[in-house]
Amino acid sequence: MSCAIEARGLRFRYPNGVTGLDGVDLSVRHGERVAVLGPNGAGKTTLMLHLNGLLAGEGSLSVAGVDARGGDTRALRARVGLVFQDPDDQLFMPTVREDVAFGPLNLGMDDVEARVEAALRTVRMLEAGDRAPHQLSLGQRRRVAIATVLAMDPSLLVLDEPSASLDPRSRRELLQMLGRLDQTMLVVTHDLLFAAELCERAVILSAGRIVADGRCLDILRDEDLLAAHDLELPLGRLEVAAAA
Amino acid sequence: MSGMHQLGVAGDPASRIHRLDPRAKIVGLAGITVVAVSTPPRLWPVLAACALALATIAAAGRVGPGVIWTRARVVLPLVLFVAVFVPFVRGGEQIDLGPVDVSRAGLTTFFAVSSKALIGTVSAVLLGATTSFPDVLHGLERMRAPRLLTLIAAFMYRYLFVITGEARRMRVALSSRGYRPRHALQAAALGRVATALFLRTFERGERVYVAMLARGYTGATPRLRALAFGRADVLFLAALVAALVPLRVVA
Repeated sequence: MSCAIEARGLRFRYPNGVTGLDGVDLSVRHGERVAVLGPNGAGKTTLMLHLNGLLAGEGSLSVAGVDARGGDTRALRARVGLVFQDPDDQLFMPTVREDVAFGPLNLGMDDVEARVEAALRTVRMLEAGDRAPHQLSLGQRRRVAIATVLAMDPSLLVLDEPSASLDPRSRRELLQMLGRLDQTMLVVTHDLLFAAELCERAVILSAGRIVADGRCLDILRDEDLLAAHDLELPLGRLEVAAAA
Repeated sequence: MSGMHQLGVAGDPASRIHRLDPRAKIVGLAGITVVAVSTPPRLWPVLAACALALATIAAAGRVGPGVIWTRARVVLPLVLFVAVFVPFVRGGEQIDLGPVDVSRAGLTTFFAVSSKALIGTVSAVLLGATTSFPDVLHGLERMRAPRLLTLIAAFMYRYLFVITGEARRMRVALSSRGYRPRHALQAAALGRVATALFLRTFERGERVYVAMLARGYTGATPRLRALAFGRADVLFLAALVAALVPLRVVA
């Protein structure tokens, strides 16, 4: 089976000298859901921007069968959907419907109206199509932000901190909604219980390197490993999440 | 269309006026303003015809006087404030009004300026009440308004609420730490707030741009629905031309 993501020795240094990625090796198979855990400044967002050709470092990286370094960025962006942490960055058009249509129209896709409708229905926001983003709650905006990439029908979905600042109910709704999707998923998060419920596999990114890779529950049970990388589970909550 | 009312639209969103192509409404209502502004005060029937046209449009769109008043109130007092002094400072023939004398020419100017201001303001209010802001922008875009300007207006509309929200939170944070400026020097903190707000907005601009690139942005923003200039739009403009232009030319 071909890999959804195949990164070998991926390195990236920002112009100001800060190392973003320091030799990342990562393979993700089609259909896998992988949590990317790690402390602040570990390179999670840098990795995410590489997957869409927005940054290009050294080493090799192919995403959804496309060479992400100097390859066809248009094809790449059609196959990889990035959902940014702050929905206000992602939703910039005056109405929800126009925003969801932005990607498909840019990529010259057919049947845009139907795509928009299907994407909004998937995230249960169909009735909000004519509203402006600022009229929605944070949870609703985050769901619309996911719809904006679902409308492009990507094969890989990359989510940056999807559960950040959500109340428990919005978080639960988001989990259920993501659980129903069958795209390959990379979930960058600090919410370890969210990762445990959604992803079967987890990697820990620390100082620009993958330092752990395995079954999500195994990684989350390894308290020493978590502590070594500034991660921590809420006390005694893992078994509950695992049972869910 | 539950969100329409919050996008600035008032009245009956299903009315004939609301359903007109935004371009027809932009041209029509701007046309009324141009006719009114270019009319010398002695030709008051033309001004009356403009007012009548606006009243008809408002009635057809079921935009009530309350809505028009609330929105016009934002700009109208400023204009009237300037105009109201003219009758007192103009020279020429004076009319005795009990305790004060006013100039006849000044009075004419006052009526001309205020009626023109009123017609212009109500035209703009009616455009905003019958057309959502995104539709106005779309119409302008299709009428070849400079893309840069419509883009700036669109982003301003989208992020105004985000930025005012940030500013409000920063103000609350200041006052929660006991900030109560009592003299000009203490206002320096406000300058820092403005700087922080500018930097945050600048950074947000970069993040938004990256998010746009991630969805295949290449410089053009294609639209979901094309505007359709139909029979109703032609009729609307023809009716306005028929009502105003002959009167203006003959008078």
